[in-house]
Amino acid sequence: MLIPLRWLADYVDITLPTEELARRLTTAGVEVGKIISSAGEWDGVTVAEVVDIKPHPNADRLVLVTALLATGETQTVVCGAPNVALGQKVAFAPEGTRLIDGHSGEATVLKRAKIRGVESAGMVLSEKELGISDSHEGILVLPEDAPVGEPLASVIGETIFDLDLTPNRPDLLSVLGVAREVGALTGRKVRDPSIVYEATGEPIKGRARVEVVDRDLCPRYVAALVEDVKIAESPAWMQQRLVAAGMRPINNVVDITNYVMLEMGQPLHAFDYNRLKGQRIVVRRARPGERLRLLDGTDRELSPEMLLIADADDAVAVAGVMGGAESEVTEETRAVLLESANFSATSIRRTRQALKVETDASRRFEKRLSVHLPPIAAQRAVKLMIEICGERAAQGLIDVTAGKPKDVRITLTQERLARVLGVELSSGEVRRVLEGLGFGCRWVPPDRFIVRVPYWRTDVAIADDVVEEVARVLGYDELPTTHLRGEIPPVQRQPMRELRERVRQALAASGLREVITYSLTDLPTLQKVLPPEELATTPPLRVANPMSREFEYARTTLRGSILQTLTKHIRASGGRLVATFEAGRVYLRNGNDLPHEVETVCAALSGRKPDRWGQPTGEPAGFFEAKAHLEHVLADLRVAAEYREVVEHPFLSGRTAEVTIAGRRVGLVGELHPRVAASFEVKQDIAIFELDLEALLPHVPVTIHYEPVSPYPSVKEDLAIIVDEEVPAGRAMSVIESSNLVRSVSIFDVYTGLPVPKGRKSLAFSISFQSGDRTLTDEDVAEERKRIVERLGRELGATLRALNKLRRP
Amino acid sequence: MTSVSDPISEIEESAMRELGRVSDSSQLEAWRHGYLGRKGKLTRVLRGLADLPLEERRSLGAEANRIKLRLQAAYQEQRARLEQDRVAKVTEGERLDVTLPGPPLPRGSLHPITQTLRDVLEAFENMGFQVVEGPEIEWDYYNFEALRIPADHPARDMWDTLWIDHEGDGRRSMLLRTHTSPNQIRIMEHTQPPIRVVVPGKCYRFEATDPTHEWMMTQVEGLAIDDGISMADLKGTLTEFARRIFGEERSVAFRCDYFPFVEPGMELRIDCFICRGEGCRTCGRTGWIEILGAGMVHPEIIANAGYDPDRYTGFAFGLGIERIALLRHGVDDIRHFYANDLRFLQQF
Repeated sequence: MLIPLRWLADYVDITLPTEELARRLTTAGVEVGKIISSAGEWDGVTVAEVVDIKPHPNADRLVLVTALLATGETQTVVCGAPNVALGQKVAFAPEGTRLIDGHSGEATVLKRAKIRGVESAGMVLSEKELGISDSHEGILVLPEDAPVGEPLASVIGETIFDLDLTPNRPDLLSVLGVAREVGALTGRKVRDPSIVYEATGEPIKGRARVEVVDRDLCPRYVAALVEDVKIAESPAWMQQRLVAAGMRPINNVVDITNYVMLEMGQPLHAFDYNRLKGQRIVVRRARPGERLRLLDGTDRELSPEMLLIADADDAVAVAGVMGGAESEVTEETRAVLLESANFSATSIRRTRQALKVETDASRRFEKRLSVHLPPIAAQRAVKLMIEICGERAAQGLIDVTAGKPKDVRITLTQERLARVLGVELSSGEVRRVLEGLGFGCRWVPPDRFIVRVPYWRTDVAIADDVVEEVARVLGYDELPTTHLRGEIPPVQRQPMRELRERVRQALAASGLREVITYSLTDLPTLQKVLPPEELATTPPLRVANPMSREFEYARTTLRGSILQTLTKHIRASGGRLVATFEAGRVYLRNGNDLPHEVETVCAALSGRKPDRWGQPTGEPAGFFEAKAHLEHVLADLRVAAEYREVVEHPFLSGRTAEVTIAGRRVGLVGELHPRVAASFEVKQDIAIFELDLEALLPHVPVTIHYEPVSPYPSVKEDLAIIVDEEVPAGRAMSVIESSNLVRSVSIFDVYTGLPVPKGRKSLAFSISFQSGDRTLTDEDVAEERKRIVERLGRELGATLRALNKLRRP
Repeated sequence: MTSVSDPISEIEESAMRELGRVSDSSQLEAWRHGYLGRKGKLTRVLRGLADLPLEERRSLGAEANRIKLRLQAAYQEQRARLEQDRVAKVTEGERLDVTLPGPPLPRGSLHPITQTLRDVLEAFENMGFQVVEGPEIEWDYYNFEALRIPADHPARDMWDTLWIDHEGDGRRSMLLRTHTSPNQIRIMEHTQPPIRVVVPGKCYRFEATDPTHEWMMTQVEGLAIDDGISMADLKGTLTEFARRIFGEERSVAFRCDYFPFVEPGMELRIDCFICRGEGCRTCGRTGWIEILGAGMVHPEIIANAGYDPDRYTGFAFGLGIERIALLRHGVDDIRHFYANDLRFLQQF
């Protein structure tokens, strides 16, 4: 909403400097988003009077204009404007003035020039050159009483507040409404515009009829009749105000309806009385299939939810949204039927959404206007019509309403005020603030106020609304600031969140870079990275109104977005190892209910490992590098997992494992199939791992239980066995680990080739034996080792290859 | 074999002479062994003292002890000198260019939004708030209706919504939550006051992106309900938060604002980072930058939760983590956060 301050000053004295006024309004909830000032741009431009016009000696379309700049000081300049006339007050710019070039639209400095052989040092300006509008057809003509020699800024300069309003305050969509705020904030009285006029015509009764069929959508309909209308341009002052407030002047009648809307906030509509069939207004829902050509020239099909204004036969307007072309006020219009109505906010909102037309009227109606307002605004408009066009107003108004609307009364106790604000205010202060805003406020001893809400404040309904009024006018910053006291509620653990944050921390600590990507994706990406059967059993949720195809589906895996990000990182890395992860939710369809949101972690890495100098000269990172990070995080969580080879899209078979705990899958680790990598435009190897934190959570110990450190020495031995090549090393590890006397085991060599027989491989383990209750003897160890080797032989077909007893540490 | 009758001064002299020639620690140890060891020359002299007449024992004993102390001191001195020489030799030969880098270790990092979010949550946790989370895909009921934003309410325009294509029972609409506020309702559904929680999470809007707008964002919702919580407490909590995150010296200001689920409503602003309150382009000449929206929980919502609205009051707030991260780090474009450019992420 644009509020020109000169206009505002009609209703309230402005006693604060502009910036300070803007600050006070903003603090009170009326946000001044921008202060637009035209005055600063016009340094040097003054009011001049055209005192002589002579033809240009060398050009038919140009004239020589002599402008009176000050008493006794004239200047003659070349002018091409068709509307220049003797006696006009115009805007004159001497050379050196900064202007907008009328043709190019760019900022420029006015220079002395010879135009068709005649010297010209100065210019009579158009609106475009002043940056007021795009009009460059003629010069700007100022009001006749504009004083010669005055700076232009003081005559037509405008400072305009551009307000960013909240949807609860339709009353502020008017200059008067803002004036009431200014009055309340600065302790000034508001001057309401006059609505008094003399109706000299016949009574309206009997000459126009209003029938409201659907009263639920139209609580009030007021009509006024003005006759002997002379359609013309509206006066310059009104046009200037409309332009300053961002509206285009059309003709005097339409301008007056718009002016009153901007002034009071009530949208009005002017019908051509003689073109309304039967001189009747019927307010009803549209009939199925009914059509109407709107003022914007479009022909619309209407639906039965929409409220219409019709005459005896046809629709003439979509109520509260836009008028129809047929009953529009034109140059031939001789009598105007003025509509000032109140429509259901919901209905207006639905209608404008369905028709996809938002107008100044619909914007106001959908925020719920006061039912008190229509007759006031109608009288104001009729008064202006009489003044401006010299017409005749019919006596009386037609006012169709369910009954006299009641004032809203609210009881506010001192206790509530103090409870909400945390401070006790004196009853005098509360009254002063509320009355300043136009509220009625009666103190009822010992402890309460009876507050009457002014009709324009449709947003105030309960005691706390009144509390806000008091607080915002006093200023929130002026109220006390305290710390929370009272009981701190009992702690509720959030195990999933805690786990996710621990995993994040561990992965970052292991050298992975966290990324956060969009939760929405597209189907092709999901298809690339998910097994088709998984996509078929859990189809992703689709966004009904996606912003673009790229973000159409709620992701069911993080793989796609992590790969898209990794691809970018690979390009930026010059072959260096890049390693990223994301911790986020995937959204799994869950019948008709909200989806199951599963906390997931996905990591991906690619590139050559660095040498001593950090150069990417090493082996390309692959399965084992990914697994190293995975093992790091699992170790951090004190979780022991098993790995089993699986074949699964989009991974490379033979290089992919599922991660299981107690037989249940908690994740995957593997190398991406090169074909899939290529679909992300990556040629190098990519390794990925993924954890389902929901599956993992039950296996993560809540606390770490200390195991006593054995005071007895350990015995270290290296053990090499030969097994068939297919036997996974992990199985041999578990056999060895299952011994009670083995404290730890690690693998340190895998070997195939001579002298190991073909089809077999050698696995070498470093084993540490230790007991918690005694010092192990060589015999103890030998016996246990024997049992282990036997079990390896029995279960895995292993034979002993070598044994190397190590010195006790 | 040196007998006890050997002039003890001779032992001293030869010991000192030999010590002067010792050039490494094994020679030194051999020397110590030869003179001061269990069977060393001096030790034997001392041991032989017992057999001497008292007079002789006394004078020789004193002398021998003096020599022993001298040799021991000389030994320590020589040992220190040899150690010093050895270290000097080693370091001379193997001097490092200390300006060379260490071998590379991968440096991981948390996303700047994660970092800021953690700091924000920690600030509130220190004030007794607990962290809980809620669903990102929500019912219209929680996201709007229960927050006093029914269908066709003009305030719906404040949150452009991404809707989920959902047949369902035709009565409930599913959406990507536009704010974390639905958690106010969810928490009140299953908790009795006192309540003091913060709820972090992603939110989504149907919005074109530009330097200050992103369609996915991370918010933190706060909710505190108890007997006796006032707007003064809300102001205190938010002021404390702003100081913890942005520093003690910052000033904050509150202004009235509107959200359908709070009354009174407010916005917290902090003095502009660029101009320090003077007014510049960044802050739109106001001197202030908007940080978050807040207010006292609407009494209707308190009543709908089954709490006594005359007794229980509370406050709620919602803040955008991206905005705070932008301000903290001086990032000029919000889109950097989810573009995940390596050169951007590496800086955090």
